[in-house]
Amino acid sequence: MIKRTSGRFLQAFSLFLLLLTAGCAATQSNLNREIPPMHTIGEFRDQRFAEVNDPWERFNLNMYRFNFYLDKYLLLPVVRGYESVTPVFVQHRVSNFYNNVAEIRNLSNSMLQAKGKESLSTLGRLVTNSTIGIGGLFDPATKFGLERQDQDFGKTLGYWGAESGPYLVLPFFGPSSVRDTGGLAFDSALLYGIYSAVGPFDNTSHSQAISAGITTLQGIDMRHQQDFRYFESGYPFEYYMVRFFYHEKRELESAKPPEKVLESGDAGK
Amino acid sequence: MKSLRLLIICCLMLHPVSSLAADDGYGYPIPGAHEATILGTPTSLMPEFPAKMRMKQIIVNVIPGREKPPLFYYDEGLHCSFAYQEKKAPLIFLIAGTGSSGLAPKIISMAKAFYQAGYHVITLPSPTNANFIISASQSRVPGDLTEDAEDLYRAMASAWNQVKGDIEVSDFHLCGYSLGGTQAAFVARLDEERKLFNFRKVLMINPPVSLYSSLTRFEELLQKIPGGAKKEGAFFNKMLAKFGAYYRYGNFVGINDDLIYAIYQERLFSKEETAGLIALAYRINFAGMIFSSDVMTGGGYVVPKNRVLKASDSLADYFQVSSHLSFFSYFDEYFYPHFQKKRPGLTKEALIASESLRSIEGYLRSSGKFGVMTNQNDFILTTEELDYLKELFGARTKVYPRGGHLGNLEFKENLEYMVAFFGSEGVTP
Repeated sequence: MIKRTSGRFLQAFSLFLLLLTAGCAATQSNLNREIPPMHTIGEFRDQRFAEVNDPWERFNLNMYRFNFYLDKYLLLPVVRGYESVTPVFVQHRVSNFYNNVAEIRNLSNSMLQAKGKESLSTLGRLVTNSTIGIGGLFDPATKFGLERQDQDFGKTLGYWGAESGPYLVLPFFGPSSVRDTGGLAFDSALLYGIYSAVGPFDNTSHSQAISAGITTLQGIDMRHQQDFRYFESGYPFEYYMVRFFYHEKRELESAKPPEKVLESGDAGK
Repeated sequence: MKSLRLLIICCLMLHPVSSLAADDGYGYPIPGAHEATILGTPTSLMPEFPAKMRMKQIIVNVIPGREKPPLFYYDEGLHCSFAYQEKKAPLIFLIAGTGSSGLAPKIISMAKAFYQAGYHVITLPSPTNANFIISASQSRVPGDLTEDAEDLYRAMASAWNQVKGDIEVSDFHLCGYSLGGTQAAFVARLDEERKLFNFRKVLMINPPVSLYSSLTRFEELLQKIPGGAKKEGAFFNKMLAKFGAYYRYGNFVGINDDLIYAIYQERLFSKEETAGLIALAYRINFAGMIFSSDVMTGGGYVVPKNRVLKASDSLADYFQVSSHLSFFSYFDEYFYPHFQKKRPGLTKEALIASESLRSIEGYLRSSGKFGVMTNQNDFILTTEELDYLKELFGARTKVYPRGGHLGNLEFKENLEYMVAFFGSEGVTP
């Protein structure tokens, strides 16, 4: 049984590799010989900039393209449909609801980073919005001065010194890294564990359908809240800019506490 | 473009707000030209727009049957935004600045202001934006005011064709910022012959007088970094390290307005460094233009001739190479030879002279439809060029005391002036 599964996996994997590399063969039969351009990288004596560790660039570029088409043919039409049939008021409630659920992730991770003050503030948000905010539909906590502080397990790993590892573009989720992908899996598993343990819809006869509905709406809301559109910039090096900004932002936000930076003395360069 | 703006914002700024808003009755707060250019308008000083607007993206097929290499698989036509009224109203075309798309934050703010004032609006990317080069430039070589005007006019006609069944239009107007401002003048002149729109009024915002002169100003900013422009990569990395260290020290919770304001107030970056960052952002922007044009023409400038780039090919080296090329390299090695081939005997001086408002001075002087809005400290203009604009357009020149290059474009008062310019009845000489 195990053998059969792994064989099938190998089959699928080699087919996948084949698809990725299929493009290469075609170019070799070009009739016109390439002529070197007027300017090449060799002539510049300077540091490269906006660089990110990206050994799987070809895979990532393909995944970037996949996400573009996923957006174009599935997600954006669905999001547009959702936006046109749902009143703006309801859209905000839906977003607030899922953002409130995500506070569980923020809370668990600020605790894992031993950030006492931040954990308390996030706990305060979760409690306030779940009660006064009617199950998270409203966000009175922000008005009370409790600001949202996004945390996730990728940041927790970074905080405790884990390197980000190679850049990775995930289907649907987009820019990530090896570390952050692991973090995403952990956070999702944690949330799923809590959801299963609580089992809010176990008493109904449609618990599976309800769960599927909740997840689907979450996906739609996620795309709805994110206003990034692939290639909207019209900039041919967009992939590299997105990669750079994602990486830098994550590096900064998961940075170690200031005391450590002071000790290492590498600041102020 | 969005990511560039973010880059600029991330990596920047400096001098103390020594005299927050000088006592001249103008409320835009940032005195320094470079700082204003980078910081733009604080959100609290922008007007409030309604949450829902009749505004959508349209994709315009300007050159039917256009062949595009596999690398540009995502380019399906010219991306414009279109805002429309449900009653008869004037339509205004907006042209974006150098490298910007038709959906860039600045042009969208303008579109919202005009929409709110009751106009139909169509925004167009700059002819120097890759999307325009790929989908709408006949020659695929951007930067010539006369040819770009032809391309823009064709794009406007196609966009108009696409929407005219759905809206009722009373008049046509035209407005552009930065390079788009100068291009608007050339488009308006073309319209006098073609008469498709008969633009009633045309506003140029922070326009260069001479493209060569203004781009020289940008290049000069980069000369002052350590080691000169050739070491822009090292400079970039150094500024990034400085920014990162500052962030870690400061206990900031994220990249937000507080952080940016702190960087500005505490002078994290010196005067030269700020100038260098502006110039670097411009180079990175320019790189997109050089690369797309080279791919589209197969010119062998930065991409090997006869190489067919595919969607999964790495562009990392092309990015580094293209962003290390100066405007002068582009002009001397690519742009000028292209036109020399078409017009034998063309001198470099003649080409430079044709890329200027001065080349259509007679027309501009004779027409009452133009207005100019710029800033006293817009560093893309020399004092002499600013005086020239004032002399040329007289009372129709509005010069704000500060704002740098486009820094105050989204400021309430500026947007109000823009709208009022078109609203005022009749044409004042």
